[in-house]
Amino acid sequence: MSLVDTQPVLAALMALLGLGITFGAILGFASIRFRTEGNPLADQINQILPQTQCGQCGYPGCKPYAAAIAEGDVINKCPPGGQETIDALADLLDVESMTLDAEHGEEKAPKVAFIREAECIGCTKCIQACPVDAILGAAKVMHTVIADECTGCDLCLDPCPVDCIDMVERKTGIQHWRWDLPSDNIIASDRAAA
Amino acid sequence: MRSTYAIHGGIHPNEAKALATPGKVLDAGIPDKLVLPLSQHIGRQPEVVVSVGESVKGGQVLALAEGPMSVSLHAPTSGVITAIEDRSVPHPSGMTNRCIELQCDGEDDWLAFTGITDWRAADRTELIEAISNAGIAGMGGAGFPTAVKLNGPPGQSIDTLIINGTECEPYISSDDTLMQVDAPAIVEGADILAHIIGAREILFAVEDNKPAALTAMRDAVAGSESGCQRDVMTFPTKYPSGGEKQLIEILTGKQVPSGGLPAHLGIVCQNPGTAVAVRAAILEGKPLTERIVTLTGEALGRPGNYRVRLGTPIHHLLAMTEFDPSDNRRLIHGGPMMGFALENSDVPVIKTTNCILVPTEQELPTPPPAQACIRCGLCAEACPASLLPQQLYWYARAKDQEQLEKHHLFDCIECGACSWVCPSHIPLVQYYRSAKGSIIDARAEKVRSDRSRDRFEARQERVERELAAREAQRAARRAAAQKKADTGAEDDPIAAAIARAKAKKQAAEETPSAASDGDS
Repeated sequence: MSLVDTQPVLAALMALLGLGITFGAILGFASIRFRTEGNPLADQINQILPQTQCGQCGYPGCKPYAAAIAEGDVINKCPPGGQETIDALADLLDVESMTLDAEHGEEKAPKVAFIREAECIGCTKCIQACPVDAILGAAKVMHTVIADECTGCDLCLDPCPVDCIDMVERKTGIQHWRWDLPSDNIIASDRAAA
Repeated sequence: MRSTYAIHGGIHPNEAKALATPGKVLDAGIPDKLVLPLSQHIGRQPEVVVSVGESVKGGQVLALAEGPMSVSLHAPTSGVITAIEDRSVPHPSGMTNRCIELQCDGEDDWLAFTGITDWRAADRTELIEAISNAGIAGMGGAGFPTAVKLNGPPGQSIDTLIINGTECEPYISSDDTLMQVDAPAIVEGADILAHIIGAREILFAVEDNKPAALTAMRDAVAGSESGCQRDVMTFPTKYPSGGEKQLIEILTGKQVPSGGLPAHLGIVCQNPGTAVAVRAAILEGKPLTERIVTLTGEALGRPGNYRVRLGTPIHHLLAMTEFDPSDNRRLIHGGPMMGFALENSDVPVIKTTNCILVPTEQELPTPPPAQACIRCGLCAEACPASLLPQQLYWYARAKDQEQLEKHHLFDCIECGACSWVCPSHIPLVQYYRSAKGSIIDARAEKVRSDRSRDRFEARQERVERELAAREAQRAARRAAAQKKADTGAEDDPIAAAIARAKAKKQAAEETPSAASDGDS
């Protein structure tokens, strides 16, 4: 009481100092106790990337590219994800969306690798190249692709010494058919002109 | 007399049902060739069990169901299998799918069947198996395997069976006709279905624009005995009262929860055609090989309801009904609201074909080009599922899947009422169908990419572990070599071996008995 009356400036400073120390301690404790493991932004980005692990972006997989984006790399290096992935990333990172960088490849329909089994010599080179362990086989016996696990990354094509791997369309047939969005609005006079 | 309830929305399009004179069944005869698609239902394709060149009799199994979500396919008449290949099938994509072609011999020679006459005493599983073997899939339009529906979700008891004879879609009168000519069979089939699912109550639903069918059904119910409480109910005509969820609300006042099944309310719905097919399968052991199809539209000279063998090519039906192509631009499978246009008339009639509509351009003009949405809100008033079609339209255009799901896109029954009232002629349903397809694909892709991520990470871990193990081995070898170099001859293997032998000899001399024990 007396301090407030006699030295109001000192009292105010001490009060502020006291508050500062208390809240600083709480924040310091919280930053250790509730520490976030890993990089949450990179994980969120990785959730959006298509996980083909194809390396077309120049990184050795989707996770490294996600980490690079979190560090500030551009978001348009992923051809398998295409425009949808770029838009989703732009949405997440709150940046302007862009078009796919053609240098890294173009957007294609999802594919799956198919080994022409009669021609396979059993060298295991494709097995070593597959980023998701989707090729089954052993030395000097025929190899085959587990179609459900194949991401269509093309990484097995180059190592194959006898070129017996084809990339085939993944979604064909009537059960994979989907309705198209109607073409954009036109008015009657447009149709007459078309 | 029970009261009925009103549903939200709905429309009153021109019915045009009289064109096909409901109540009279004509015979479509046997064409030269039948084309039978393997997939005439929702679910897996059955496995072909016949080969090209084989002679088959009517009712013989051509393809056998593969697992529960699949139905078998039977020969609709006798003849020779001439091809098993991809052909055009009735599907909005216009794509081809695997079909069996049967060259009919015209003798219509059938296998002999045996049925289960005392079905009340029969075991439930035995009856369901008989239905499954008869290749029955829901005949109202969706083609859900009937046996699966009768098994129902586990742990749900069913107390009400609804026979859905609403047939609210304009032009179509195949169920109306069936109810007029075959009401006792429908009632008996319903009794069998109720017995299988354990329902206490059967409701026959008939819209009030079908007075003849209503009378026939009432007479049939009054003229037969049953252990169930049975009621023939009628209610004002409105499209789409015949939607499963809408009909349940009209009859019981209860709403099927979003994402739920009628079975969650203790209700199962079946089409009258399915009831007749079930009766034939149980009592006579006869498989599903024909159905009533409404052939209608002003471009036909002789429209009507025809008894058609499955697999009959539509061009055969068009020729028979004196089709006049001069003012016709579209051939529609199903009705004008929910049907889809066929690209050509080579496709066959399948289990879900209730109507082939062949309108003149004057009668049902090709829709004019869509114009901009003027936000009038008529679509929201018409929606029977109480959705917001306009919001869904904007979100579908923006491909905003999150918002589409939040606005309950998957509760849309694709009835087309919103498109019908739209003054800008926006093909709203096509937007919703497309959006549903992309969401279903995106969900599947998500599952796939999550699995790929796990596999990639597991592989990375393994590769690192192997690398570390190799590194450790190399380090150990290097350390051993280093040690040898440091200590020189002390580690000489020959000296070590001599030392070991000496030690052994000494030990043997000290304790001879122990050594001999060890030798033995």
